[in-house]
Amino acid sequence: MANNHWFDFEKEIVDLMDQLEKTKESNAKGKVDLSDMIVTLEEKIQLAKEATYSKLTGWQKVQISRHQNRPYTLDYIEHIATNFIELHGDRQVKDDKAIVGGFAEIGGRPVMIIGQQKGRNTKERQLRNFGMPNPEGYRKALRLMKLAEKFNVPIITLIDTPGASPGLEAEERGQGEAIARNLMEMSVLKVPVICIVIGEGASGGALGIGIGDKVLMMQYTWYSVISPESCSSILWRTWEKKELAAEALKLSATDMLGNGLVDGIIPEPLGGAHHSPEVAYENIKQAILDSLDELTGMDPDERIGKRIDKFSRMGVVVE
Amino acid sequence: MNFEFEDEDELNGGEGSKWYKRTWSGIFTKTEEKKATPDGLWEKCKRCKEVAPTKDWISNRYVCPSCSYHEKIGSAEYFDILFDGGEYTEINASMSSGDPLNFTDTAPYVDRIVVAQKKTGLKDALRTAHGNINGIPLMVACMDFNFIGGSMGSVVGEKIARAIDYCLETKTPFLMISKSGGARMMEAAFSLMQMAKTSAKLALLNKAGVPYISLMTNPTTGGVTASYAMLGDFNIAEPEALIGFAGPRVIRETIGKDLPKGFQSSEFLVEHGFLDFIVTRKELKNKLSQLLSIIWKK
Ligand SMILES: [Zn+2]
Repeated sequence: MANNHWFDFEKEIVDLMDQLEKTKESNAKGKVDLSDMIVTLEEKIQLAKEATYSKLTGWQKVQISRHQNRPYTLDYIEHIATNFIELHGDRQVKDDKAIVGGFAEIGGRPVMIIGQQKGRNTKERQLRNFGMPNPEGYRKALRLMKLAEKFNVPIITLIDTPGASPGLEAEERGQGEAIARNLMEMSVLKVPVICIVIGEGASGGALGIGIGDKVLMMQYTWYSVISPESCSSILWRTWEKKELAAEALKLSATDMLGNGLVDGIIPEPLGGAHHSPEVAYENIKQAILDSLDELTGMDPDERIGKRIDKFSRMGVVVE
Repeated sequence: MNFEFEDEDELNGGEGSKWYKRTWSGIFTKTEEKKATPDGLWEKCKRCKEVAPTKDWISNRYVCPSCSYHEKIGSAEYFDILFDGGEYTEINASMSSGDPLNFTDTAPYVDRIVVAQKKTGLKDALRTAHGNINGIPLMVACMDFNFIGGSMGSVVGEKIARAIDYCLETKTPFLMISKSGGARMMEAAFSLMQMAKTSAKLALLNKAGVPYISLMTNPTTGGVTASYAMLGDFNIAEPEALIGFAGPRVIRETIGKDLPKGFQSSEFLVEHGFLDFIVTRKELKNKLSQLLSIIWKK
């Protein structure tokens, strides 16, 4: 999963990496010793990365969150869990491929993992509906959560969606009702619930699997009521103001934590999880284990009370 | 992609909205004024275009005397229609919106709030009040579409949460009247979390065994549909209301063709199993008290 796609704002880094590669080639030919230059270039690359990634705009973070080489839900499951048994279907209509889930073990502990799943090529994207669940997806997720509750197994949800699917069938089968039901049911689940935004957290489509005791965001992800593009089109009546919209929405992990709307940030490798996925896997696994340590000892009623209180405090009003 | 907060003009029925604002503002905002409505004023129905005396519209609960078209009305009118003797106690009446994100699009959010407050005489897009309907105590939360498209921000969520707290403390049934374009974008994730907050509170009400009736009126879309509006023990709607998650324009753009006639209407939702029944505005009060008298004997 090497990075084969760079953004415009990473140009300085890419140029330096090209230089480094050429210098290494020349060095290998052995006519002149270029090892000093290689060291200098490597230092320059590190500095350029630090400079670029420390001043990312909201929109640039949105772009990183959508990078095609970012780990998706099934990648995380493969690398942080063992014994994963995928479970399918909502028992009513069909199996929604935009949401996957099943029992597994993380660090030897039983968990239920559920997440939105995107695709990497055209065929996969269609199969996964671009990570946009239909009502069946939310109902499958709820079915699996209830199953986890029955067997007293903690729930991990991985959020990565551009939104719930808009369409004739989604409306016919009650997209609104499906999401609403999950919000209500998740708030009173008796087992620990840990929700992690691993990519895009767009709107009710994200929140539909996002009511947890711990809601965490990976460092380069976003979470808001609407995507910057749609926000631009509605408030500015043009698709061109997405950068402005991304700033205005304060959708980054740091903004969301600062506003008290999420509980923590999971660090990613510099520039994003796709630069070294194994670091991202290790960090998310550690965050899950830490959260499980914190939550599993609690009395279920106390945990539910705290969960509801947390969401009840969100909002700013003037009286 | 996101579908919150459909275009306000579209929700108002396009051209009709101008007529609405010109003709009806002032008549629908304050109940006291209706007593002073002079004879000789006439109103034209937005749908059938029939003309009828204003006083007939008002005595008919703002429903067209010719074709039963349900005109949009606000919290003042619903409170007046529902509560015995028009008497009720409003709670958290002075609560208004903060600007947690210091949000500006083409105008600052704080300015939009001030303009909306002046235009409507309201503090925000929802009011909560308790009183009796045919002798049965009821808490009512009612949205006002005139206030920034009935959009749901922190005030809407917080007022609903506190109304539910009141219902939990006093074991009072709860009626939610929705009329909204969805979440308020200018409060971004704060708006989104109102969906979580209200749904969590409704879970508590559900556990306590206190009845919750959700009445959806034209239009009910976006994050409102995907939270409290769809969570009633009884989900009911006025006739021919637009009810959906994604707005019709977004769906049309996504599928690239026109939507079937009647798609996302109250009647469509009953057929697909998401509403218990449709109730006309005229029958509303008696139907609610009839239902509550069966399930909620003291
Ligand atoms: Zn008419």
